[in-house]
Amino acid sequence: MADNITIKLKKEDNEFIEKVCASFNYSKTELINVLHQVQEHFGYLPAEVQEKIASELKMSVAKVFGVVTFYSFFTMLPKGEFPISICTGTACYVRGAEKVLDEFRKQLNIEVGQTTPDGKFSLGCLRCVGACGLAPVVMVGEKTFGRVSADKVEEILAEFR
Amino acid sequence: MAENKEMISLTIDKHQLEVPKGTTVLDAAKLVGIDIPTLCHMKLHNMGIENKPAGCRICVVEVQGRRNLAPSCATEATDGMVIKTNSMRVLNARQTVMELILSDHPADCLTCVKSGDCELQSMAHRLGVREIRYQGEQSCYREDFSPSIIRDMDKCIMCRRCEMMCNEVQTVGALSGVHRGFNAVVSPAFEMDLVNSVCTYCGQCVAVCPTGALTEVNHTNEVIKLLADPTKTVIVQTAPAVRAALGEEFDKEPGTLVTGKMVAALRELGFDYVFDTDFAADLTIMEEGTELLGRLNKYLSGDKEVKMPILTSCCPAWVNFFEKQFPDLLDIPSTARSPQQMFGSIAKTYFADKIGVKREDLIVVSIMPCLAKKYECQRDEFKVDGDPDVNFALSTRELAALIKHANIDFDSLHEEDFDRPLGESSGAGVIFGATGGVIEAAVRTAYELHTGKPLPKLDYTELRGLEGFRQAVIDFDGTPISIGIAHGLGNARKLLECIRENKCVYHAIEIMSCPGGCIGGGGQPLHHGHSEILKARMEAIYREDAGKPIRKSHENPYITKLYEEFLGAPLSKKAHHLLHTNYFDRKIKFEDSKEC
Repeated sequence: MADNITIKLKKEDNEFIEKVCASFNYSKTELINVLHQVQEHFGYLPAEVQEKIASELKMSVAKVFGVVTFYSFFTMLPKGEFPISICTGTACYVRGAEKVLDEFRKQLNIEVGQTTPDGKFSLGCLRCVGACGLAPVVMVGEKTFGRVSADKVEEILAEFR
Repeated sequence: MAENKEMISLTIDKHQLEVPKGTTVLDAAKLVGIDIPTLCHMKLHNMGIENKPAGCRICVVEVQGRRNLAPSCATEATDGMVIKTNSMRVLNARQTVMELILSDHPADCLTCVKSGDCELQSMAHRLGVREIRYQGEQSCYREDFSPSIIRDMDKCIMCRRCEMMCNEVQTVGALSGVHRGFNAVVSPAFEMDLVNSVCTYCGQCVAVCPTGALTEVNHTNEVIKLLADPTKTVIVQTAPAVRAALGEEFDKEPGTLVTGKMVAALRELGFDYVFDTDFAADLTIMEEGTELLGRLNKYLSGDKEVKMPILTSCCPAWVNFFEKQFPDLLDIPSTARSPQQMFGSIAKTYFADKIGVKREDLIVVSIMPCLAKKYECQRDEFKVDGDPDVNFALSTRELAALIKHANIDFDSLHEEDFDRPLGESSGAGVIFGATGGVIEAAVRTAYELHTGKPLPKLDYTELRGLEGFRQAVIDFDGTPISIGIAHGLGNARKLLECIRENKCVYHAIEIMSCPGGCIGGGGQPLHHGHSEILKARMEAIYREDAGKPIRKSHENPYITKLYEEFLGAPLSKKAHHLLHTNYFDRKIKFEDSKEC
């Protein structure tokens, strides 16, 4: 059970969710599409957001939560200011992405899918960014780093600290 | 089934048969006496609701021409189909499937509360599973204790029956499958405990759970200890629906009335007084009926302030439902406490005084068809200085287990009568146990109080039945009174939404959370969705009513005496204090003060 999953929704946030649900005609079968758009807006899907969606679509919060937890794309944790994505596609993987990932985990003291307590960094994996020539590839925010090795991790992080 | 439906023919094992198009292979096989084993499947015959997620794969059969085995519960029979339900391939697959299910299930059958009444256990036995060849990951989830229900999800086999009851039948929405793979679990939103969810404790999930994953909180040990304590006077009350179902736990036909034997068994168990919740049901009618008439008279004389319709408030899961999901309608239900709580309140004041026992030395146990009653008796409003009016509520199933535990041969018991004064009841009190009964009981009394004339008839059959929502207009000597009846919270929700939108035209509405009313309660012997069992219990209730010398609550002499000696009149100050309650906004909110 995550503790920090609740927030206080502002009026405009509520209105945004209402607008998205209305655009899908309040149809329960559009839940996944609604969740996509709402997550795009907030960056994640905290409890109160799910509750608001449930009430708009007239379905139970438990069901919404069921869908959010079923699909790995949806997250209930806010992404960090600088989301770190490590490519674990085949090319990056064989060139040592795993070790790079381990180093990020160690330095930030968080697991994949988590965010540092100061909200600065979050850690995630993705599959192939189409830059296999640069493998292993790491993205921090909008910036891409190529040929990353474990000993370069500290340097990369320092750039954003 | 419609006569003009297109028929198709198929072969199942050695049988050739014709079935209407749309029939599942499982149902078709039943027609020729083939009982394909099922585990997750459950059909609620009278509601047209069927749980068939095809998740357990126990019911697989071989379909000629198909590469894979097909789940018969979710496979529609088609013309020319050739099915084998018991080939070697099918039997082996079934056994393997069962072994895989068991590989992720705790092997603590001997001490499991569900042992002997567990569908998973029976199925493993039926399929001849003698070893589990697979070792794999085992789910490990925390146990969740609420005042009524315990969730032990390690024992869950993801049949999703509880979800069907909670979402489709009751529309409560407390439970959903969450996460995936080995982490998948049936849980309230955000994996909160049940106490922090919209759960009403109706117990319908417990009633359909095939394993020990969902069970009731068991209070029998506490009760046994108190019965053995010589310093305590332990009294018991039995709800109307219990007598119509308890016999099933002792292999009696559904619908067998065991009132007299039940009373005898409770005396054998050592209860000092054996009383009847039906007495308190009569009392409820006096209070609720008077409240109804009061509101009705105001309404009929043009008072715009008065809230209409009046809703019954006997059912604790229903109270939880409107407190959690319709907090804007808190002023609509009657303020009368439920019969269980009225009994407790009167027992610990009026009766304790009568027998000269101090409140703290008087223990009130109730036998209820219900799991929400366990929560209800713990509510703060029903305590005096921390001492609850009703100490423990045992379910019908718990009572049966207690009787067996105490070496009592139920069959050979002689029938006995309830004690006086709190054991005397009218037929009106008895019918509280079936949907429509409370409002019929209220009509019998309200009619006479309102019109001052004797009731033209006693049996209001227009109020009886098993349809989820019923309505009738009763002529109160020239004044037509519209009555609505809903059972099952899904039907209740429709009614509440209609009231919220001011579209409701009823004067009085009875609502019971469980399908069938209390006879179908979450604490009753398991009926596995068979509505004929509910029907038999219902008939038993009306039989008991018909056999009572007194059929109207206000004619119960002990009720009259209670008002004369103690309460004064219905809705008196004392009656308000002891017999009425307040409702609270308990809407579940997932928020705190943090800004986005």
